[in-house]
Amino acid sequence: MTNKLITRRTALISGLAALGGVTLARAWPKELPPSYGNLLRMGDNLTYAAHRALIPERALAKEYGVADITSMPATGTLDPGTLNYPGLSETYRRLHHGGFADWRLSVEGLVARPGSFSLDELKRMPSRTQVTRHTCEEGWTAIAQWTGVPLSRVLDAAGIQPRARYVVFYSYDDWVDCLDLLDALHPQTLVAYGMNGRDLPLAHGAPARLRVERQIGYKSMKYLQRIVVADTFDDGGTKGSIRNGWAWYTGI
Amino acid sequence: MLVLAVSGYLILMVHPRLYWGEVGNDLTPALVELPISRNHQHGGWTKPAPFFAGARGPVSAGRTFDIFNQNGWGRSLHFLAAWFLALTGLVYVVAGLFAGHFRSHFWPRARELRGLGRELRDHLRLRIPAATGGPRYGLLQKLSYAIVVFVAAPLIVLTGLTMAPAVTAGLPFLLTIFGGYQSARTLHFLAFVALVLFAVVHVLMVILSGFKRQIRGITLGESQ
Repeated sequence: MTNKLITRRTALISGLAALGGVTLARAWPKELPPSYGNLLRMGDNLTYAAHRALIPERALAKEYGVADITSMPATGTLDPGTLNYPGLSETYRRLHHGGFADWRLSVEGLVARPGSFSLDELKRMPSRTQVTRHTCEEGWTAIAQWTGVPLSRVLDAAGIQPRARYVVFYSYDDWVDCLDLLDALHPQTLVAYGMNGRDLPLAHGAPARLRVERQIGYKSMKYLQRIVVADTFDDGGTKGSIRNGWAWYTGI
Repeated sequence: MLVLAVSGYLILMVHPRLYWGEVGNDLTPALVELPISRNHQHGGWTKPAPFFAGARGPVSAGRTFDIFNQNGWGRSLHFLAAWFLALTGLVYVVAGLFAGHFRSHFWPRARELRGLGRELRDHLRLRIPAATGGPRYGLLQKLSYAIVVFVAAPLIVLTGLTMAPAVTAGLPFLLTIFGGYQSARTLHFLAFVALVLFAVVHVLMVILSGFKRQIRGITLGESQ
């Protein structure tokens, strides 16, 4: 009697495990970012793969009401014009003084129509406004309203090619980061030019920053300069998160 | 467990303030501010600027202070250790449920509960019964094991998951049941305190109830 019960249970468990295994295997990402043999980066990749396999692609991060907006610290770079990056900081200073009228977001790489967008051109594209929670790796949170053009619209306008796998971003404070297509094309991923109903403040990434709502705050790159669509993973070298000891995927 | 505790503490040192609700940051009031790193009340901020017209609304300020922050490896190590603990913990709980370990060893008998007061008094006076060489466990032992396995452990796992923005996109009810991100973070910290206390008392009891014999029982499984 006891034996029979255990057999049934065992059968049930094996069945469920097999079903789970098949589901995972189907949704498991085909490509993982390099770990460089680092155990911590392997753990990051496990989290990345598990999230991609288990969390629905289009699931939205929680959105709040305008009444929920809170104070928000600005951390990291507060003004790229003050940095000691010759070229970049001078250019940024000039653009800032001109009210960003000459600022252009360049979109290159695996796109049918490489080119660039002015701030006005971005503002004329279909926009999205969302009140979301910024979650910093440090442990603090803040709620703000963000207005911008969904990145997917920008990429569509440039004509993203079928070979594309990653979207690489460059900023005026000399940072390089990338997103996989799932996050890049997510409906809440914005090139945001407005915050709390006004132009994006200088300390929060003027004139335009990324909003990547299903990842930790540092993925929402400030001071956007250039977007490159690529078919391979780009760790950004010494200007990217991995070489600086930080996780690339931060859905956690 | 030890890796999780140490890396978790390291992460807390980066932002040693606790809050309730969805939001908490250096520009909003905290429940507690722990003086555990140089980030405690550092005060390195630019002049706050209001987002909206009027004096009382939310503000923005830029941080000018170079904070202590080892989260680059601290966070990833915490999550790596969490993977190990979650997977082994899952095996333990599933095995324990199926083998009846919890029912036979954790669930107090009605008769035992009547002795709760006396057992509590004896333990507080450190009059500890000698080791029995494995289950049957004492009443207080049963209760604390049950609380660890069925309350503190699930709480720390679920509140941990609630702090992951991708996870709450998929499972939004997590934010609802814990009352927000910062509430989950505070509960995560309280569960950590409870588990550390349990670990300390657990080791103390092993020593008090006959160290040599207990360690032999735990490792070699020798009874009597």
